[in-house]
Amino acid sequence: MKITLKVWRQKDNKSKGAFKTYQHDHVSPDMSFLEMIDVLNEELTRKGEEPIAFDHDCREGICGMCSLYINGRPHGPLQTTTCQLHMRSFTDGEVITVEPWRANAFPVVKDLVVDRTAFDRIQQAGGYVNVNTGGVPDANVIPIPKKVADEAFDAATCIGCGACVAACKNASAMLFVSAKISQFALLPQGKVESKERAEKMVAQMDAEGFGSCTNTYACEAECPKGIKVTNIARMNREYLTAMLSSYQVETKGGGD
Amino acid sequence: MKWFLDLFSSSLGRKVLMALTGIFLILFLAVHLAGNLQLLKDDAGKSFNIYADFMGHNPLIQLISKGNFAFILLHAIWGIMLTIKNRKARGPERVCGYQQKLNLASRNMGILGTLILIFLVIHLKDFYGQAHFGSLSTQVYDGKTVTDLYTQVAYWFKVEWYVILYVVCMGALAFHLWHGFTSAFQTLGLNHMKYNPVIKFVGKVFAVVVPIAFAIIPVFMYLGITI
Repeated sequence: MKITLKVWRQKDNKSKGAFKTYQHDHVSPDMSFLEMIDVLNEELTRKGEEPIAFDHDCREGICGMCSLYINGRPHGPLQTTTCQLHMRSFTDGEVITVEPWRANAFPVVKDLVVDRTAFDRIQQAGGYVNVNTGGVPDANVIPIPKKVADEAFDAATCIGCGACVAACKNASAMLFVSAKISQFALLPQGKVESKERAEKMVAQMDAEGFGSCTNTYACEAECPKGIKVTNIARMNREYLTAMLSSYQVETKGGGD
Repeated sequence: MKWFLDLFSSSLGRKVLMALTGIFLILFLAVHLAGNLQLLKDDAGKSFNIYADFMGHNPLIQLISKGNFAFILLHAIWGIMLTIKNRKARGPERVCGYQQKLNLASRNMGILGTLILIFLVIHLKDFYGQAHFGSLSTQVYDGKTVTDLYTQVAYWFKVEWYVILYVVCMGALAFHLWHGFTSAFQTLGLNHMKYNPVIKFVGKVFAVVVPIAFAIIPVFMYLGITI
């Protein structure tokens, strides 16, 4: 296969980027999209040019690092991660445009690499459960309907790749945040802290400068893990009830 | 009070405000339509004028009407603010190529809303404004003198561009409702597998039937059809 690549090149966060066109004549239909860029980078290195910087890690569709718009779609034409997208999804001679995620909260670091630590900070704000360490508890001692546990696990499959933000016209992170809130809110261990979790995570999401949800559901259509927008409704519910009720206690809980 | 301000300044809270005001305005549309359909009655405007007089003088209705104006303003101003904030969140660079082939309505709520707002200004100036602050003629029904709003409406609904403007703006309203009705429930977190099909069905029917019924009034009056 022969393809033409239009790739976003940007030196660093300060400089302005632009598209650069590359002719790529050694593409196998069985290559993954990232392997295709690897081969191109080898070529660029041999020629003494700066290789294209892009994010990747596991290359098996579970780490969520490979953040790219391919022809304007997050992770390209299929509902997968970029590493699981193969060149057979493209036609011979096609012109393919590759860009980094576009969102204020995801500043470009270099070329196709963006800084997604905003997601980490949202997680750190409340995306966890406080548990006592100690003896290992017996399995299946916590009563929970199987269906509910499955729903929590479905939400937990979110890999935090940021495709929802990239797909959204408002660069809203609500699908991500709602998946993280849901995976705990549905489980007995997570319910205990669900109120402060919703408050803190939403506050951090806003502080990072993500947009609001206008319910276009573009995120759901592009999510490589098939996270459902029902999670967003659950987050709205969690957040509203948290803000309107909170814990009905007088003390601050500071320990003194 | 801090929590209250935090709630309504958060991205979720702002949306909640849009949803709550939106639902109120949906209810208002239904009431407004029921009253307006009397324009099509073949009684030279008697029942419409009596109804308009009641709406204009009943203290409870007047109170709700003030609230309605406030909600329209809130819905519009908040909507514009949200749209600006959302544009900013996207950043300066545009993504090339692919355009999502999703529901046109949901992607263009701001533009549709602006069209409706422009319509509202014209609509309020010619009808609400005239009825309350203008110098319209009066009619006497069964010994009671009421403002003759019907003649004012009938005059404008004979003007071609006015009728076309009405029909076009009702189209915008239909698209706005097509997305807005169900979207409001999602935003409020009222999403449940048992009720979703009902909300969706009622939302879609409302979005089609109500704007069409509104648009029929000027068209019929232009053509001189009464029921």
